[in-house]
Amino acid sequence: MANVVVVTSGKGGVGKTTTTAALGAALAQAGQTVAVVDFDVGLRNLDLVLGAERRVVFDLINVVQGAAKLQQALIRDKRIETLWLLPASQTRDKDALTDEGVARVIDELRQRFDWVLCDSPAGIERGAQLAMRHADQAVIVTNPEVSSVRDSDRIIGLLDAKTVRAERGERIAKHVLVTRFDPARASRGEMLGIADIVEILSLPLLGIIPESQEVLRASNLGTPVVLSNPASAPALAYTEAARRLEGEDLDIVIPAEKRGLFTKLFGRRAA
Amino acid sequence: MIWNWFKRRHSAPVARERLQILLAHERSTLGRSNLVAVLQDEILSVISRHVFIDPDSVQVKMDRGATISTLEIEIEIPNMVAPPLAVTY
Repeated sequence: MANVVVVTSGKGGVGKTTTTAALGAALAQAGQTVAVVDFDVGLRNLDLVLGAERRVVFDLINVVQGAAKLQQALIRDKRIETLWLLPASQTRDKDALTDEGVARVIDELRQRFDWVLCDSPAGIERGAQLAMRHADQAVIVTNPEVSSVRDSDRIIGLLDAKTVRAERGERIAKHVLVTRFDPARASRGEMLGIADIVEILSLPLLGIIPESQEVLRASNLGTPVVLSNPASAPALAYTEAARRLEGEDLDIVIPAEKRGLFTKLFGRRAA
Repeated sequence: MIWNWFKRRHSAPVARERLQILLAHERSTLGRSNLVAVLQDEILSVISRHVFIDPDSVQVKMDRGATISTLEIEIEIPNMVAPPLAVTY
């Protein structure tokens, strides 16, 4: 039976889609069968980040409305054969998604995959609520920045109120994933630290993704960062986060800043 | 001057404190239980039974430490002056 995970944040632009692609690829690389589902109807981007934008024929709305079968809409990744994408529609809007239709599609995905990762749209409205509705677990993507942390807190409230699990009185496992973390700035007191974020949101930490040029490079290439540069800091951090999602107990090391002589002398990053 | 430089550099503690106060308030108004916000409401209602105070004049802060936590309550009470009969602005 699959694990349904929603990747959510409230705030836009914090890295939900990047995270969905990277975690999905990492889980699939570990041999799990994974479906990544784009819930951002009208503004789909998971296809682009995964490099599958020219292979989209049918989408989530077609399947929800019964116009296409699930296997017609699922796109298999060309690099990892256990990774599949269910794209969002680019032309319709979120009102084309019905509660019953989404429930049926998620149910069908559960039977075919080990993991179903739902990439939530930004906001707290219907689209975001549908993405989280059937989740067993949630990954709350948070930047070390006040508006992102505040919006994460709102989303945590929604996860505890509006999901099927919450309505049944069951627990939904929630994890914080801090992205775009700059250890140098945090250590200088210019950026919220990991301890601050964890304490404020009172949730366990799934991982810390350091700010890195590799993330933009990966999306430029249409390749999840765990594949485009597996040895890079964000790739290693995502791979470890995926292992924690699978239940492994790995210590989290707060990324240390690499400082050369120049930066030590002048106290600023050359970048 | 050095103090100003220090304050300028260390904005993270300000972010942290602002978030803690804001979220304590938002969690209570959005239905999540929160001690600080509950305390703030109840203290306000007790005081205002006896003295007229502004709802924003009660500040409740809680700091969680490793072994003890501190609760800081600050209440501003306006000086008692008889209200004028007619107020003109």
